[in-house]
Amino acid sequence: MKTESYLERVLAAGHLAVTSECGPPRGATAASILDKAKYLEGIVDAVNITDNQTAMVRMSSFAGSVLLRQQGMHPLLQMVTRDRNRLAMQADILGAYALGIDTMLCLSGDHTRFGDHPMAMNVHDIDSIQLIQMVKTMRDEGKFQGGAEIKGAPKMFIGAAANPFADPFELRVMRLAKKIAAGADFIQTQCIFNVEKFERWMEGVRKMGLHKKCYILAGVTPMKSVGAARYMKNKVPGMDVPTELVERMASVEKEKQPAEGIAICVETMERLKQVEGVAGFHIMAIDWEEKVEEIVKKAGLYPRPQIQ
Amino acid sequence: MITAERKPLEEIIDYVKDFKRILLLGCNECVTVCAAGGRKEVGLLASGLQMALLKSGTSIEIREHTLERQCDPEYVEELVPMIDSADAVLSMACGCGVQQLAMRFKEKPVFPAVNTKFMGGSERQGVWTERCQGCGDCLLGITGGICPIARCAKQLMNGPCGGSCNGKCEIGDDVECAWHLIWERLKALGLQERYLDIMPAKDWRPGGGAGPRKIIREDLAE
Repeated sequence: MKTESYLERVLAAGHLAVTSECGPPRGATAASILDKAKYLEGIVDAVNITDNQTAMVRMSSFAGSVLLRQQGMHPLLQMVTRDRNRLAMQADILGAYALGIDTMLCLSGDHTRFGDHPMAMNVHDIDSIQLIQMVKTMRDEGKFQGGAEIKGAPKMFIGAAANPFADPFELRVMRLAKKIAAGADFIQTQCIFNVEKFERWMEGVRKMGLHKKCYILAGVTPMKSVGAARYMKNKVPGMDVPTELVERMASVEKEKQPAEGIAICVETMERLKQVEGVAGFHIMAIDWEEKVEEIVKKAGLYPRPQIQ
Repeated sequence: MITAERKPLEEIIDYVKDFKRILLLGCNECVTVCAAGGRKEVGLLASGLQMALLKSGTSIEIREHTLERQCDPEYVEELVPMIDSADAVLSMACGCGVQQLAMRFKEKPVFPAVNTKFMGGSERQGVWTERCQGCGDCLLGITGGICPIARCAKQLMNGPCGGSCNGKCEIGDDVECAWHLIWERLKALGLQERYLDIMPAKDWRPGGGAGPRKIIREDLAE
């Protein structure tokens, strides 16, 4: 074990881990995030707190993570390289660890073009792989990125994202290999709707033995409606929603579409459980946190293991 | 080359409307090539300004001149005989040219007539695209001759983000994914294994991170 992270302990014990996410509010009210997080308490092993998700300003991931930690939950601090340089990021990593946050996800972040501040300067001092490298150096060598010694190294369990559905496809396994070589301990994937393509990606992952070097959590998202399915298919960069799933959502009445979306999500999880190398699930129920419990239970992943 | 685009006429009028005699200066280098501020554009702007000002009942005297290079003191010196007869200077050169004038003629107001854009190349007739951000430590040798700093919207140094789709960038179909291009090029060159090398965090000091940059060639400097 590299860290004290609860997520690492669940994974190291050989359980299928379950994580989910909680987007912080676009305001300064602590209750807004805690109310959402309550739906996830005892249901998942760690909760991702997104970092200015879709390039929209929200309460910081750092603050949201601290609020959850204070409730005894296990937050997973997300950090994008878009908004801050390496000094600011390292400062936050030190602060977060001091406040009991030991699990994080390293991302480059959506481009500001998609958010409500398209006029902002993108920072991108470092990229996501360099961020992984930086956090690993801080943890394992006790050194800042600049080379100076850290007094009290932050022992972070390091996560990264992978998108098996973006192009060029043949590069996607190599990109994962790079993230692992940089120091990623676990991976959360983009939402999987096209299971066949994901299986092809996992074949490549196994061929390089990457599933043995890092835990891979398969990302899933329940679709609320046929409109949401179409939106994800057509508007979200890097998403692969097969036409037959959109048609399946369209084939049921409007009131029954949420239940159908959850059924698809659970079926997908059952199929993914059969894929060698999948170490758990990351459920991204975008603004639908109240349904995560139902999904986890229907997927046979409840009760969650209790690890000391 | 350095690319530029002419500022909107209204903004230029706002700068010069209170002066009687204007010296309008073009530059025969980059801004000529990208059709923003050479001799021809100087002529067009001068007549455009005259007409617009006449319409509003103002008359202004505009003297036109185009230097070989406005960023070079030797050529700027040419202006000495004509500078006194102008109340203000309007420059169609890039920001380097404008500053060279302001430095040489401290008592004259100098206004820019173009927006300096980027270092680019010509894609086809009338289309220029950004190719270099002058990061001062060129990566092209390891990225197959395609720059991820200038051409990836997130300046990623280790591969494409999760938004790359059909060779296009997530910010829009009119932008090519730089890493898709790099990958195709590395494959064509038989260098795909090079992709697995992790490019470490960049030192931005040569790229301006350490303040304004300077090159001193001891063999040439006086």
